Amino acid sequence: MEPLTWTGALGPVLNPIFLATAAVLILSALASMVMSLLPTGHVPQGNGTMVARSGTAEWTRRVMLWALWALIALLVIYLATGLLPGIDNKGIIGAVSARFLPVWIALIVTYAVSIAYKRKLGLYGKLFDNPIGMIGFGLVMFWVFTALSVGIFDWIVTHDPLTAVSGMKNKFPGTALRGAEPEDYPYYLLGGDTLARDVFSRMVAGSFVVVRIAPLATLFAFMVGITLGLPAGYVGGRLDIFLSFLANLILAFPVILLFYLLVTPEIVQTGIPSYLALVLFLFPLVFLTVLINSRYFTTPNKRSLILALVLLPLGWLYVSLVSDQETPVSFLPAALDLFNIPGGILVVFVSVVFVNAPTVFRIVRGLVMDIKTRDYVAAAQTRGEGTWYIMLWEILPNARGPLIVDFCLRIGYTTILLGTLGFFGLGLPPDSPDWGTTINAGRKLLSIYPHAAMVPALALLSLVLGLNLMADGLREESLKD
Amino acid sequence: MLFFLLKRTGTMLLTALCLSFIVFVLTNLEPNLEKVAKYEGNARMSDQEVSNWLKNNGFNQPSLIRYGEWLGVWPGWTRTDEAGQVVAGRCIPKGSRDVAAAARFCGILQGEWGSSRVFREDVSTIIAIRLGLTGKMMFWVMLLMVPSALVIGVLAGMREGSRLDRSLSTFSIASTATPEYVSGVILIAIFASSAVGLKWFKGTATSAMDHATFENFFLPVLTIALYGIGYVARMTRASMAEVMTAQYVRTARLKGVTFPNIVMKHALRNALIAPFTVIMLQFPWLLNGVVIVETLFNYKGFGWSLVQAAGNNDIDLLLGISVVSVIVVLVTQLISDIGYVYLNPRIRIT
Repeated sequence: MEPLTWTGALGPVLNPIFLATAAVLILSALASMVMSLLPTGHVPQGNGTMVARSGTAEWTRRVMLWALWALIALLVIYLATGLLPGIDNKGIIGAVSARFLPVWIALIVTYAVSIAYKRKLGLYGKLFDNPIGMIGFGLVMFWVFTALSVGIFDWIVTHDPLTAVSGMKNKFPGTALRGAEPEDYPYYLLGGDTLARDVFSRMVAGSFVVVRIAPLATLFAFMVGITLGLPAGYVGGRLDIFLSFLANLILAFPVILLFYLLVTPEIVQTGIPSYLALVLFLFPLVFLTVLINSRYFTTPNKRSLILALVLLPLGWLYVSLVSDQETPVSFLPAALDLFNIPGGILVVFVSVVFVNAPTVFRIVRGLVMDIKTRDYVAAAQTRGEGTWYIMLWEILPNARGPLIVDFCLRIGYTTILLGTLGFFGLGLPPDSPDWGTTINAGRKLLSIYPHAAMVPALALLSLVLGLNLMADGLREESLKD
Repeated sequence: MLFFLLKRTGTMLLTALCLSFIVFVLTNLEPNLEKVAKYEGNARMSDQEVSNWLKNNGFNQPSLIRYGEWLGVWPGWTRTDEAGQVVAGRCIPKGSRDVAAAARFCGILQGEWGSSRVFREDVSTIIAIRLGLTGKMMFWVMLLMVPSALVIGVLAGMREGSRLDRSLSTFSIASTATPEYVSGVILIAIFASSAVGLKWFKGTATSAMDHATFENFFLPVLTIALYGIGYVARMTRASMAEVMTAQYVRTARLKGVTFPNIVMKHALRNALIAPFTVIMLQFPWLLNGVVIVETLFNYKGFGWSLVQAAGNNDIDLLLGISVVSVIVVLVTQLISDIGYVYLNPRIRIT
């Protein structure tokens, strides 16, 4: 079979238009940038006022906007070619877009529902008032839906990400599968890597690794950072000096050195990451206990009930998470052990939390030091509220804005860290489809077959960019009120 | 000011001590030492032979004592034969007969950094050479990063919310969202691969170690700089935007100073205080980028040696590298603090 072209049947028509529009857009954008530096001309009016002249600057701006919209429309048409019948007509872009069909549907539904009810949705709804935030949210949700469809339903992937097909080594995008059976997907859409595996399927499967680890690891880092940062900022004194010293100690390490020290097999053998997990994963439990206790300690029956309801399931999760037969930390009988985290993932998780927690600690500490001088804190102190109540129920809710923004940014940073780990071949197994590992595997033949490394690189870039744009949108919207 | 400096230096030393101790303990864990023994002896040593080898080479003492030896505050270990004659020791060079002349202490305080097991060379020589190579790269990175980041930040911040601001801010966000291993891969694929055909630059920087040219050195420098540009530019923009709303800028505007003059003469100086500290605090991040980029472009500098040392558990080299990098990080923090005070006359440290 012939290899697929990038743009399929509509390509010969659309491609020239696309190139022309892109050229117009770039030229007008440059022109508009230069124009905005020039002083605007003022025309004196008869009544003694002046009016800024709408001359060439305004004109280039309009051209730019029209070109931009035309380009977006063309991109949508390219993606919509996936609806054409017959895979040869779709082209690579169309066929890839067709594979992502469940994701498109989920995205459209999410946007429709969110925009319809955006006034009732608080800060999340405000995100839809901000174009930058909307784009970022779209990129993020694209990867979240992709990861969920792959991880739960096994959709989207065209081939198994771990099996090699003979004769497909380093093939360029759109190559037909050699010896395809009728039930196989007939093409390697984005080519094959050095071990003849499908690049597209690996990229899609890799999203599940990231989406599974990054938000959860960030959440744990926040739990650790908040639980330690609140007392450090509020109580201050020796506690603050000690905790800040520890945080600065970890921050002064080059991250990669820390990864090498924590993640190498020899260290894993000694069980240090497992002991770290034992400590780090305890923080959410401590946090929740203090949170509930400080609020309801006046009504002990209610407090005990809520605490039991929260702590028993979470505590069970905690012990089955940290206890693993293969590591030195193994105390739970196998019958009670709910699940074990496979191969290096726990180690990766722990080291990422460990690296992120000190920065969160510093942010929380700074915020608390600022907020604790406010009047409502003084009021609570006068009422005789307990220290933990003031920290968790007066200060923390008022620090949520910057913390939510930083949470988004930090998920992106965690994704970068995960990629770094994969890039140095640390932690995750070498055939893992995660993006860092795939980039590392692909970079050896980068100058001859760039697609194997480019595809995961662009995927990672778009996810992190989406998170950063979303954080920027959230920041702008939360500053408005 | 003097007291502040003393206090900071004290904290710095304490931090460096703690960090080097952590690295020391982690690299000297049981399984790591076994690996070292098998590397030095042979791969098929029995457990008995391994423990003998470790005992003969002074690895069997408590780690606190061995850390003291490495630091040079505890006398180096010696091994005596049956006759009570000293035959080997930490401070006795291999194959040397002159046992009496050997020093009692030999640690980093005496300038003995130990020797690398992988490169078979003194750690101090390796670090000096590699640090020089990385310094060369950092110089060009700074030369590219600082001016472009400041220009972008000032242009974006001088008219907040304008189209120029929007487009430059989006560029900065995009550049902070691109880690070095992604931008490096993309840049190599576009500018150095035969698949695209734009063979403008070289995809490796190995030849740049001897003589750097634009062709072989630009891509690695650009890759590191890009990640930093976005961050510094955003900080500059924020600080510029804040200054532009200040009272004295409004006064200048009202008295009729032209816009370029306001930016250049009134706003710029105050707007550049915050970016200065940010640039200084970028060094630890740049160190990270250096490790990735040197690995990606095969430039055998400091970061490359870090990866080699860590990957092979080359204890002495790894300790040396971590001490140097920690000192770099702490010194830049100190400079950033002092610079902040010096540049901003409103802050006085007593």
